[in-house]
Amino acid sequence: MDSRDTDWDGVRLHVVTGKGGTGKTTVAAALALALAAGGRKVLLVEVEGRQGIAQIFDLPPLPYEERKIAVAPDGGDVYALAIDPEEAMLDYMEMFYGMRRAGRALTRMGIVDFATTVAPGFRDVLVTGKTTEAVRRRAKNGKRVYDAVVLDAPPTGRITRFLNVTQEVAGLAKVGPIKNHSDLVSGVVKSPETAVHFVTLLEEMPVQETLDGLAELRSAGLPPGGIFINMVRESLLPQAVLDSAVKGRFDVGELTLGLKAAGLADGADAAAVAESLVGEVVEHARRTQIERAERASLDQADLPRYELPLLADGVDLAGLYELAASIRNQGAA
Amino acid sequence: MKKPAPLDVDAILDDRGTRIIVCCGAGGVGKTTTAAALGLRAAERGRGAVVLTVDPARRLAQSMGLSELDNTPRLVHTAEGGGQLFAMMLDMKRTFDEIIEAHADPERARQILSNPFYQSLSSSFSGTQEYMAMEKLGQLRRSDEWDLIIVDTPPSRSALDFLDAPERLGRFLDGRFIKLLTAPAKAGGRSAFRLLNAGFGLVAGAMTKLLGAQVLKDLQTFVSALDAVFGGFRQRAEMTYRLLQAPGTAFVVVAAPERDAMREASYFVERLAEERMPLAGLVVNRVHFSPAAGISAARSAAAAEDLESKGEHELTAAVLRLHTGRMQLAAREHREQEHFVSAHPTVPVVQVRAMSEDVHDLAGLHQIGELLASGA
Repeated sequence: MDSRDTDWDGVRLHVVTGKGGTGKTTVAAALALALAAGGRKVLLVEVEGRQGIAQIFDLPPLPYEERKIAVAPDGGDVYALAIDPEEAMLDYMEMFYGMRRAGRALTRMGIVDFATTVAPGFRDVLVTGKTTEAVRRRAKNGKRVYDAVVLDAPPTGRITRFLNVTQEVAGLAKVGPIKNHSDLVSGVVKSPETAVHFVTLLEEMPVQETLDGLAELRSAGLPPGGIFINMVRESLLPQAVLDSAVKGRFDVGELTLGLKAAGLADGADAAAVAESLVGEVVEHARRTQIERAERASLDQADLPRYELPLLADGVDLAGLYELAASIRNQGAA
Repeated sequence: MKKPAPLDVDAILDDRGTRIIVCCGAGGVGKTTTAAALGLRAAERGRGAVVLTVDPARRLAQSMGLSELDNTPRLVHTAEGGGQLFAMMLDMKRTFDEIIEAHADPERARQILSNPFYQSLSSSFSGTQEYMAMEKLGQLRRSDEWDLIIVDTPPSRSALDFLDAPERLGRFLDGRFIKLLTAPAKAGGRSAFRLLNAGFGLVAGAMTKLLGAQVLKDLQTFVSALDAVFGGFRQRAEMTYRLLQAPGTAFVVVAAPERDAMREASYFVERLAEERMPLAGLVVNRVHFSPAAGISAARSAAAAEDLESKGEHELTAAVLRLHTGRMQLAAREHREQEHFVSAHPTVPVVQVRAMSEDVHDLAGLHQIGELLASGA
């Protein structure tokens, strides 16, 4: 059914991670919209109980239930699911053992408290298990229910532990049902059907974390996806102007004349306004220089890159569609 | 926006009664940098400060001369007036091991430390890190060797996790599930069984199916061994909790002028009030200002368009476009802060302007300290 040629054809599980503050949830949501475009069905999953998807789509808190939240351009559907580990455990027990009642009893005994406290590896298996189940799920006609699943995953610092369930659980359960379950999850997560995308800003710390996170991911044998550079500001000034501005050189006289011509200021006032605007230009030039250096650092990653614009009005629904369009235009979906 | 009271950072640092400052807030807002800058400024103002950090970014750690997790405060800087800055990175596993060793006899400690469940618990990130940060804070404070302790809370899912972690651990330790697991190991365990009898067969069956027999056995060994040190645990958690409510503690909530971070800051302020924990104020990092704020975004955009349509003064038009963007950003940031200020009009606030580069050294930290104190 795939008529478009994208960088991630064949990928069904898109895991989106990033340092806190980089806009990971926004990018995950926009990617889901982009993947759904043209009549496809995509599930957007969140796992950290933050209700970030609901906030971004301006909806009331999502229940533990797959529900349609948005229509993509040209008629695709985005469904969303906020995974609650407790409910995921009940699902798991029912699905594999037909034991819903026993599951309830365990829940009452505080086993989920236990899992979050003592063995987060167990919790992660439940969450990734539910996600991969949605990836594998097939309708009666044998076709997959979802064309793609997008997971708004934990931040870069925790992503490898989170996905590397087999490793995390191995210390606790060498054999037995949990081990089997985690092997099943691992089979999906480590396959070419999965891609782990990193969201970053062109700033030092997020870029460094991306490179560190990527190295960890690779050494764990997990499949890296693309790098989404978020909140990119377009550079309005010619490179030559920026280069000299970094060194503190700028044609204030020309700017003063321009301000006068535009009727923004006159006389001595124009010169003063020009001076203060030059301050802004120099700062912008420095930032641009740093951004260039950070882009160069990202070359090491050797992954496809996508740049998403900074939305002047912040992230709202219209902004999400704008980002989704940008993602499609760049061939990421 | 109604102007909030300014947060007087120097007054807090100069007050000898301030013994603990807790920096908290969402991830990615510059919490660690704020904590380190406060520490340096405290030293410059004659205090003996120690900054306790959890998982700092590498360059920032280097700026304080921290290269490894070694769980011991290291001297970073001695200021002219004799004030000092120490810093340490939390080693959560080691901190946990030490608690076990302090509370269990050697044989039992050995059993616990080698159990796979303990190893998972003590090296996992969620909950344990928060709990151990609070434990370490309690240790440093009780030793009474430190004039001022500044703690940077862990980068958790929610900024509130570190307040909840000790309680969650306590609830877990007191939970029925644990009682069930420890019951067979206890003398008189039968009565506990009878108490839980209703669901026990069902649960035990489910557990075995779910976990497998070996896992269940490891778990029981672990829990019964840990059981012996529970009392000590809870008591320590409660002591630390009370320490946080004491008058010598000041909570500084850190945010960036973005929706999520400000919302998190709001939750946090409300939560601190509920817990009767002393809030000093809010630090908003990375705020954008314009040196030419007199020209509004609308005027700037109109003038740029005018020049562009006439095809003259291209450079000026570009500069005005840049300025328009800057003013729009400033306005958006202002709106995000406005929500907070109208909801919490009495909370003192200080804004720290955005810098083009990250902090790499003490000079950078010093500069942030100046901005924190002067509010710009």
